[in-house]
Amino acid sequence: MTDQEPAIAELETPELIEKIQDDLYDGLADEVVGGVNELLRRGLTPYDTLTRALVGGMDIVGVDFRDGILFVPEVLMSAKAMKAGMVILRPLLAETGAPQIGTMVIGTVKGDIHDIGKNLVAMMMEGAGFRVENLGINNDVDKFLNAIREHNPEIVGMSALLTTTMPYMGVVIKALKEHGLRDKLIVLVGGAPLNAAFAEEIEADAYCRDAAVAVETAKKLIAIKRGQAVPAPQ
Amino acid sequence: MNKLQTLLEASEIILADGAMGTMLFEAGLQFGDLPEVWNIAHPDLVRAVQRGYLQAGAQMLLTNTFGGNRFRLAMHNLDRRVAELNRTGAVTLRAEVEAAGNRALVAGDIGPSGEILAPLGTLEYGDAVAGFAEQAQALISGGVDVIWIETMSALEEMRAAMEGVRQVSPDTPIIATMTIDTRGRTMMGVTPEQAVKAMSEWGAAAVGGNCGNGPDEILGVIQKMHAAAPDLVLVAKSNAGLPELVHGKAVYTTGPQAMAGYSAAVKAAGARIIGACCGSTPAHLQAMAEVLGVNHR
Repeated sequence: MTDQEPAIAELETPELIEKIQDDLYDGLADEVVGGVNELLRRGLTPYDTLTRALVGGMDIVGVDFRDGILFVPEVLMSAKAMKAGMVILRPLLAETGAPQIGTMVIGTVKGDIHDIGKNLVAMMMEGAGFRVENLGINNDVDKFLNAIREHNPEIVGMSALLTTTMPYMGVVIKALKEHGLRDKLIVLVGGAPLNAAFAEEIEADAYCRDAAVAVETAKKLIAIKRGQAVPAPQ
Repeated sequence: MNKLQTLLEASEIILADGAMGTMLFEAGLQFGDLPEVWNIAHPDLVRAVQRGYLQAGAQMLLTNTFGGNRFRLAMHNLDRRVAELNRTGAVTLRAEVEAAGNRALVAGDIGPSGEILAPLGTLEYGDAVAGFAEQAQALISGGVDVIWIETMSALEEMRAAMEGVRQVSPDTPIIATMTIDTRGRTMMGVTPEQAVKAMSEWGAAAVGGNCGNGPDEILGVIQKMHAAAPDLVLVAKSNAGLPELVHGKAVYTTGPQAMAGYSAAVKAAGARIIGACCGSTPAHLQAMAEVLGVNHR
């Protein structure tokens, strides 16, 4: 028994959800885990726990990161707390056959060894409930193709920090076309030297300025693809 | 008095150099090649870049060792070559400076590890200190006059790098610059005021900003740093703007005249060590030298 538990038990469920969102924002992993367990104990489904408490909380983190209120360290703490909650939820989600939010394959392209920004996108995407396959740094066309065949993602994310490596994203997209994979995929690109015009030139679906924008864009494009209502921007 | 102090006594402004990485890519460095390997493989091409900056009037040049710490080299399985690549980088630049009449300082360049320090990330503080100490040791054994730690975004990593340098040398002057490119802060959320205060407290001889989104951004950084610490020696080393894609190739569009204007502006704002970063060339440096009145011949 921790001191927290009686307090949690006394909260109405909507207040508890709000508390979990606050704890996520503050990067308090133990508190998030306690809250998630309590929601499950009350009979909330794993899927509702994920979307209403965790994803809802990470949405707020994402908006404040996008707006320059939070910076990388705070977001990393939140992502760690999110991960702690997901350790509990992931097996339960699989057991209950909960709907998939989506899968993303992400990597830094060939010749480029920078991965902080790309890892941040991966964490924020996980925070939004996506399953993320992070290929790491220095990925050539074959690594992307193999990962796409293995994991069957809706989204492919590519990152580059160097002006000399960013054109390789175009090489990967060309290969996706040649292998008949391009039309099935949403291709997002990002990295310091990129811009929307570059994304357009290499025929990516979107340029994402930062991790928060990547999550917003991914949700929007997946909704469009599935013929659902587009989530309102925050 | 060390050489940096002597130079600062003698001249109001010290012109530092321009970009190395983007110049080497122009010279044929390929996808995935490591610039530091060229210290061994193509020292002539590295020296040609440095010669261009010396001829343009640069009074302080950086070694081609930005990514030469064990963490970044490990990503290319070259982490056993830290000593060789850094020492050679220093020796190479020293030779070029001597050939040009020995009128410029040699700064040993140390860049970020590319990792995030624990507990947020996985790199332990002590390991970071040891890695930077290893690189600093090699640069100092190669004969650098100062160590220039640049492009940092986290204060803890800057501190680890400075501590690493101090472990191997109690008195080599340290120039420390961070990249303040995210809504007025570093990627990790450090403000110019926080940066200037911390870095000077830790013993940096000069502090400032480098890289980023171009001249306007650095001007704001220098103004804030000067307001926070009017007595410090401030450093500005701006990119030549941001790259634009032209025919599939990234091109930096801020020309020499615009960079000359930038150097006058940061000088007026209080910077005393002024140089340029990604995308700049000897032509940019030449224009900056003229407007700053740096007399080098």
